[in-house]
Amino acid sequence: MPRVGRSSRGCVRASRVISLAAALALALAGAAVPAGAQKPPPPRRVVSINLCTDQLALMLAAPGQLVSVSRLAHDPDSSAMFEAARELPANGSGAEEVYLLAPDLVLAGTYSSEATVQMLRRLGIRVERFAPAQSLADIPRRIARMGRVLGREAAAARMIARFNADLAALRQAPARRPRAALYYVNSFTLGERSLAGDILKAAGFDNIADEAGLDWGGTLPLERLILLAPEVIVKGRDYPGQARAEEPLSHPALRALERSRVIGPLADRDWICGTPRVLGAIRSLRRQAPPPEASR
Amino acid sequence: MRLAAALLALCVALFALSLVTGHSEAPAWRSLAALLRDDGTPLSIVMREIRLPRALLAAMVGASLGLAGAALQGYLRNPLAEPGLIGVSGAAALGAVLAIQTGLALQFALALPLAALGMAVVAVLLILVLAGPRGGSITLILAGIAISALAGALTSLVLNLSPNPFAAADIVFWTMGSLADRSFTHVWLALPFMAAGWAMLAGLGRGLDMLTLGEDAAQAMGTDLVRLRLMLILGTAASVGAATAVAGAIGFVGLVVPHLLRPLVGARPSALLWASALGGAAMVLAADVAVRVLLPERDLKLGVLMALVGAPLFLHLIYRTRKEMP
Repeated sequence: MPRVGRSSRGCVRASRVISLAAALALALAGAAVPAGAQKPPPPRRVVSINLCTDQLALMLAAPGQLVSVSRLAHDPDSSAMFEAARELPANGSGAEEVYLLAPDLVLAGTYSSEATVQMLRRLGIRVERFAPAQSLADIPRRIARMGRVLGREAAAARMIARFNADLAALRQAPARRPRAALYYVNSFTLGERSLAGDILKAAGFDNIADEAGLDWGGTLPLERLILLAPEVIVKGRDYPGQARAEEPLSHPALRALERSRVIGPLADRDWICGTPRVLGAIRSLRRQAPPPEASR
Repeated sequence: MRLAAALLALCVALFALSLVTGHSEAPAWRSLAALLRDDGTPLSIVMREIRLPRALLAAMVGASLGLAGAALQGYLRNPLAEPGLIGVSGAAALGAVLAIQTGLALQFALALPLAALGMAVVAVLLILVLAGPRGGSITLILAGIAISALAGALTSLVLNLSPNPFAAADIVFWTMGSLADRSFTHVWLALPFMAAGWAMLAGLGRGLDMLTLGEDAAQAMGTDLVRLRLMLILGTAASVGAATAVAGAIGFVGLVVPHLLRPLVGARPSALLWASALGGAAMVLAADVAVRVLLPERDLKLGVLMALVGAPLFLHLIYRTRKEMP
């Protein structure tokens, strides 16, 4: 019984978060102009050491404000903005290297190395840490916060308004919701309480991870995936080189599942970070959805 | 013959048990019906494409390891000789990892078992050279430690250098072995090499029986020792190499099984060969059922279970051999 209580509280929390985010976005859109006078001057040398803060900063920073991005941002497989990122020098995210860039603000993720962050703070540098987005509703909040720390509130408000409008337009999903699975390396899947799961839902699919009781995500052994027989299996990205952990993705049993359709490998870069780029992931999923008259 | 029938019955029973062990809630008879008749349901696919190759591979890998262990012990007249412990499996794993990480196995599927076989030949040759024809325990174990350590370190090195972020996690698979999510591709890849290896090792029975009388006596009675040694090297390398290429290095099977069966066959090496092949199949089938029952979601490695059973026995054998030595 305690489980029921917890999950229903979770729902309330999620809906409150959504309305909070919407309120925040509205407030920002309305109150963007008069800001500035009483606030500290915006940072002038910003260094980002996390793939997702790299991308948000690239979208929002003033020209010349962002001076370096993390090395992963230059990788076309991981970074949705690798072209823009390559205009800037990459850093290896180590404290020494970052300090020598003389930043007045460092952008990090909550999973960035604790030692690096503490060292930079001890050296007197302001570090702002961003938690990874776990739902679409998190995205406007991340954008708003990035706008605040960069002193670019107006740009952030415009981006949020556009994101919300685009997302609302995309939300008009078809009535039939095919059952789908997200399937990654190591037989890993993601459930509804993850950004990827939320993208899948917004694209008009039901996630079989929920049927399997994995609402955050977790290991879904190949046998269970086959027995659940989803209509669509969305395969995760193919990494360079070989690893046995990737072999379930090309197991003959997946091909034998005749009524299922395997799509992917995905362009992972649109899925990892909570930026407006996730709209591209939703659109490409929607395009690949099975036709409504498909036999069940 | 009673022993053969009993072992065969055990293998069949464990094979069936392996087929019905897994994630489906369907009753056993329905699973087996779905295996025999393709009814187009997902259960049929699971039975035919996942469980059947898994059970077949468990039997094949177990037979290979049991047979190779019995043959090596017969030839070296030493109960400590075992493909995993003397480094043959580790070297085969290195060969397989090299074939996969260089991309050779993608262009040419047979490169995987061939590379494993090649490295296994190198390891067996090294062991025979270092341990000498009499196979003294100390040199055998020391040579085995050195070859295992080197092969293991090089395997880790190759996997750590891979651009794939998940490759380093494969080290556990290659050193401990697993049959999770293998497919018929692996069965067909390994079977020809294993079958050739089994044929070579099975033909050694008479020679090994003769060898119990000592090398001179065996030679005097017409045993061609050079041919015997060649067959042993190639047969062990082919069967263990193919087994390791598809399932990773599973240790202790070739140690435990001959040890358990030796008293039952009257310590005759020729009889121990087929008995260990059947016993090995039964043991790996049982271990593969156990890993799925104990931790269904975690892919517990077969080598972990085998070491829990095998390592105490190995220590016991070392203790006993020590007492026999001057």
